[in-house]
Amino acid sequence: MNSGDRDVDTEPGRRAAGPDPDGAGRALAELPPGARGRVVTVTDDGSSRTARRLRDLGFTPGTVVEVVRRAPLRDPVVFRVKDYDLCLRRAQAACVRVVEVGP
Amino acid sequence: MTTSCHDVAGGGEVTAGQPRFALVGSPNAGKTSVFNGLTGLNAKTGNYPGVTVARFVGVCRTGGDSCLIEDLPGTYSLEAISPDEQITVDVLDGRLDGVDRPDALLLVADATTLRRSLPFVAQVLARSLPTCLVITFTDELARRQGTLDTDALGEALGVPVLAVVGHRGRGVAQLRDRLAEWASWPTPVLAPPTDPDEVDAWAESVLEFAGYRAPERHRVTQRVDAVLLHPLWGTLVFFAVMMLFFQTVFTLAAPLQGAVESAFGELSRLVSAHVGNSWLSGLLGDALIGGVGAVMVFVPQIMLLFLLLALLEGVGYMSRAAFLMDRVMARVGLEGRAFVALLSSFACAIPGIMATRTLPSARDRLATMMAAPLITCSARLPVYVLLIGLLVDPSYRVGPFGAQGLVMFGLYVLGAVSAMLAAWAFKKLGDHRGALLPFHMELPPYRLPSPRSVLVMTWSSARAFLRKCTTVIAATSVLLWLLLNLPLHPAAELRAAGVDTTDRTAVSAYQADHSYAAGLGHLAAPVFSPLGFDWRINVGVLSAQSARETFVATLGQVSAAQDPENPARALRTMTYPDGPHAGERIFTAPTIAALLVYFAYALQCMATVAVLRRETGTWRWPAIAFTYLTGLAWVMAYLARTLTAWLGG
Repeated sequence: MNSGDRDVDTEPGRRAAGPDPDGAGRALAELPPGARGRVVTVTDDGSSRTARRLRDLGFTPGTVVEVVRRAPLRDPVVFRVKDYDLCLRRAQAACVRVVEVGP
Repeated sequence: MTTSCHDVAGGGEVTAGQPRFALVGSPNAGKTSVFNGLTGLNAKTGNYPGVTVARFVGVCRTGGDSCLIEDLPGTYSLEAISPDEQITVDVLDGRLDGVDRPDALLLVADATTLRRSLPFVAQVLARSLPTCLVITFTDELARRQGTLDTDALGEALGVPVLAVVGHRGRGVAQLRDRLAEWASWPTPVLAPPTDPDEVDAWAESVLEFAGYRAPERHRVTQRVDAVLLHPLWGTLVFFAVMMLFFQTVFTLAAPLQGAVESAFGELSRLVSAHVGNSWLSGLLGDALIGGVGAVMVFVPQIMLLFLLLALLEGVGYMSRAAFLMDRVMARVGLEGRAFVALLSSFACAIPGIMATRTLPSARDRLATMMAAPLITCSARLPVYVLLIGLLVDPSYRVGPFGAQGLVMFGLYVLGAVSAMLAAWAFKKLGDHRGALLPFHMELPPYRLPSPRSVLVMTWSSARAFLRKCTTVIAATSVLLWLLLNLPLHPAAELRAAGVDTTDRTAVSAYQADHSYAAGLGHLAAPVFSPLGFDWRINVGVLSAQSARETFVATLGQVSAAQDPENPARALRTMTYPDGPHAGERIFTAPTIAALLVYFAYALQCMATVAVLRRETGTWRWPAIAFTYLTGLAWVMAYLARTLTAWLGG
């Protein structure tokens, strides 16, 4: 594995991954392209600025986010949130906790 | 370069009483086209005091009066995470030394992303400066079946709201009228909430009041992205676009270059015909007109390069390219924004280095800055064109592509790969502390850029190049001419050396071979002779230390001294007059290959060194960059020479 992947694995946001262990939703990064999720909360990845910026970009609780597509090699990912397309890395997208909603 | 221009508020139009407006908005909101619409082409560029964030200030005529408009760096939030976002916050709060707090704000928001922008609008309104909300892309909103009542929006927010379609000039006149009466703009009766828990509900109620219906998805964008961002097709298209880009730059500019070349040739002939004094005519004709002309020939090519970059940017392909390349950047420890900075370096390392300010991590910034000079900038283009012209026959083709274009493409790839490796090395050498800051990038819908905005971008870049031609390059060219023509050799000395004094070519060749420049070139011989450079090339390489393009002017002067009638042929057929290689050609394939590779690596640009100094605040980093790049250049050039000689048998 390359260094980029190692960095991702050390992200605290990643540790909480898994199918909704504590009722705080799943990590947005786990949803496949085409799926939609409603934002439950935005967690920190060690820097409070990340959560703050994700909220400024439109990932506020209650907002529905759609996974549009993944880049070659699966990272980064394009999301549609608040009527626009935004590209995030999976590591940051993991900070956004969602519950999946139907189309 | 624009970076050396400090008279930000200059232009002689500034009076103490002029109201000052600041343009605030998120990236992609159309701030720049509103700015250009209001100020025309009279913008001054400079830097904020103490930091190197580019500052744009322009004068806007409002009826009989005028006002100053300042285009602040784009941001999604007033909680800054990068140095240039911090500037916007500091200017709004009047906390930046040397920059007064603006009298009023023009807040620019994209109608198609209004739902996202309203919380930012709330943050800005909370600064309680007189504010006018400028809504852009209303035409696109209507085309995509969205609706917005701007008057109702103004009513809901309590501030003036105006729709402006900047790139079409619609609404600009009304905005000018509004600027004149800024002192009487209404202010919100009740400040909007900025608490994250309340702001969403507030935004929804405002949108409902304003009859907002979000635009439908842009079908064209969806369909085009399905191909351009496809894992396989997208990657293939990316390489095809890059390939086509360089092929176009190479082939389309050729006839225009011919025209510029003959114009300067004509000018030079006029000077020699009408100026009696041979010294003065040489200085004017060969040094000034010839030297500057040799570089000016590349204006069409460089304008074409900037034009294509502006088109790719305007259409929206640049962010797609950054999206596709982000994973590759992650391998060297950087992020997609670093890729955008490195992409700008294809035009010039200076905007590339300045673009690293969007990187919040200091370590990322340094790694990107150390890599940026390796990206093939437009200043290398003239040198590459000249040398490839000597190396490869223009009629030679490989499949559908011209061989010259392929070599050029190869050099671009070499620069890009080397830059990535350098970034990786500098990232590795650095420490790994410090939190990763979020990487995010908007993918705006594909748009047809207005011809005006593309031309403005192209022209402002070309102007910087022309300024360099008329200052640094002209001065270096004149200095070189003097070095090549001094000291004077009396006719007796020429006759004693066996030179036919009636043969002008032989005289000027002797003069050049025994000039100060030759002495300088010979002095550098121990360093450069392993690379196969003779003293003429040494002089060219040394003169290119100030700016790479000067190499072309120098070789032009050197070859003109050998054969004033046909400098290009002189260069091709130039041979060593004496020494162990006497009679052999100077520009052999291994020597040209070594030269090309030397220019690919060496940091031969004083402007870049100066910008590195200013960006890092110390001489340490420019010194490191200069040393490692020059050392690398020599080693790689030696390898290229050895390899080419071995391949050539």
